[in-house]
Amino acid sequence: MIPEELKYTKSHEWIKIDGEQAAMGITHFAQEQLGDITFIDLPEKGQQIAVGDEIGSVESVKAASEIYAPLNGEIAEVNENLEEEPEKLNEDPYGAGWIAKIKFTELPADLMDAEAYSKLVSEEAH
Amino acid sequence: MPYIPHTTEQTGEMLETLGLDNLRDLFSGIKEDLRPKSFDLPPTMSEMRVVQQVENLSQKNNTKICSFLGGGFYDHYIPAAVTDVISRSEFYTAYTPYQPEASQGTLQAIFEYQTAVCRLLDMQYSNASLYDGGTAIYEAAMMAVRSTKRKKILISEGINPIYRRILDSYTTNLHLELKTIPQKQGQTDIDALEAALDEDVAALVVQTPNFFGCISDFSHLFAKARKYKIVNIISVNPLLQSVLKTAGEMGADIAVAEGQSLGLPLNFGGPYLGIITCNGKLVRQMPGRVAGKTKDSEGNTGYVLTIQAREQHIRRQKATSNICSNQALCALQSLAHISLLGPEGLRLTAETCLENARYAAKRLVEIPGIELLNNEPFGHEFAVCLPVNAYEIVDKLTEQGYIPGFPIGGYYPGMENCLLVACTEKRSKQEIGMLAEMMRGAL
Repeated sequence: MIPEELKYTKSHEWIKIDGEQAAMGITHFAQEQLGDITFIDLPEKGQQIAVGDEIGSVESVKAASEIYAPLNGEIAEVNENLEEEPEKLNEDPYGAGWIAKIKFTELPADLMDAEAYSKLVSEEAH
Repeated sequence: MPYIPHTTEQTGEMLETLGLDNLRDLFSGIKEDLRPKSFDLPPTMSEMRVVQQVENLSQKNNTKICSFLGGGFYDHYIPAAVTDVISRSEFYTAYTPYQPEASQGTLQAIFEYQTAVCRLLDMQYSNASLYDGGTAIYEAAMMAVRSTKRKKILISEGINPIYRRILDSYTTNLHLELKTIPQKQGQTDIDALEAALDEDVAALVVQTPNFFGCISDFSHLFAKARKYKIVNIISVNPLLQSVLKTAGEMGADIAVAEGQSLGLPLNFGGPYLGIITCNGKLVRQMPGRVAGKTKDSEGNTGYVLTIQAREQHIRRQKATSNICSNQALCALQSLAHISLLGPEGLRLTAETCLENARYAAKRLVEIPGIELLNNEPFGHEFAVCLPVNAYEIVDKLTEQGYIPGFPIGGYYPGMENCLLVACTEKRSKQEIGMLAEMMRGAL
């Protein structure tokens, strides 16, 4: 469950680039580790972000995890549906579970491709 | 696990295994100059002598006194059945309910407590309780700071001074701006509070009845504050919520209270009960435990601790508070009290308190030299101004078995002649009459 066309961070966020904007979310591995997600604290539209900033958090029945900015830029849009339906993060993490759309300037050098992320996941899964 | 100390032999064996000479060597990691030079303990005493000594000390207590003390903690009647319920060993010895499968009784009791308190204050959510009314105000303020990401807190000086001191202490190193809006002759200055509202304010904190007993309706003020997205925090008297306009009706976002008036003895200062309730999304910011009702895998009703991601054992540095406990037994005691009295009983009790206070005020102002501090509507306590220092009267009457009230001057400079007089349902007309006569005699 690691789509080829996406890029990944070490903290298990994915991004899908679309011109000057990128959609982001958490990966299948992340939602699986968290368990049933009950709540998401979303970033704010218009918020200026830098790589590594804590821009929100996800809560499940057994854990809570920070969401880190994968890019430098500005939050252009936020998926407010997730407030009512946080389970979408579990059911469809790469589709309906998108968290935010970011207007960004350049891509960070250390974003991983699907292959590199897949390696990270198999290491962490032990 | 038996609570039996090790024998000398056992201790010797352990030290030998460790290769140490004596118990002091176990503390070798602590620098010499940091170790205590002595513990300054008196010589040991036999059990018999200890009992005698403690009994002598307890003789100094006076519990047979007729008290008109209040200031947040009141002498109410607690039905014998309440004590009976909480003395059951299942409740009295129960520990924290982190394993729901072994704690359904405790969890259900907490859930019912939360429900009862929400109904009483007209609020949506309650937690499993906090330590007391003062720390509840602090936690409420922090909920507001976290959710608004602002740093300024407006505090009415009419709030119990002990609670304000707690708020000060707890927030000392948090780089927050605490702005106190002064009271006006014992009244909460709503105009000044309104004038201080702005977009930097995280929370507005008020109390009704305030420390001086004055009742206020904050509906209008809360509506104004909402325009600035300020969190409205109110501290109330839980018993009087059964007859006064409720926190929910006024539009409070967070309502807190000291639960002592609901079935807890005064006990020389505690343990007491911190009630905290909130509406809407703020529930995610609530500190402490929250019990929830759910269904097990077979479809039966069950109770659990819920939204635990706010707590320390799930996210240490991001926890909503450092509290990882609740006043379970006190909450249960309050629940038993509320349930036994019911809405009718609570209302009757509150009304009796209000009537007694009005009668006392009437009798006291008849005495030349005594007047009310202000003419605002009051709850079950009110402040009077005396022609002398209030402590003088308190000292004189205490010797005769009556505590006439609380001298306000210690907490409010300039009010040394003012006395706060509280009347609960326990104070009879005769006692109130005696109080008046003794005051007249003492002046």
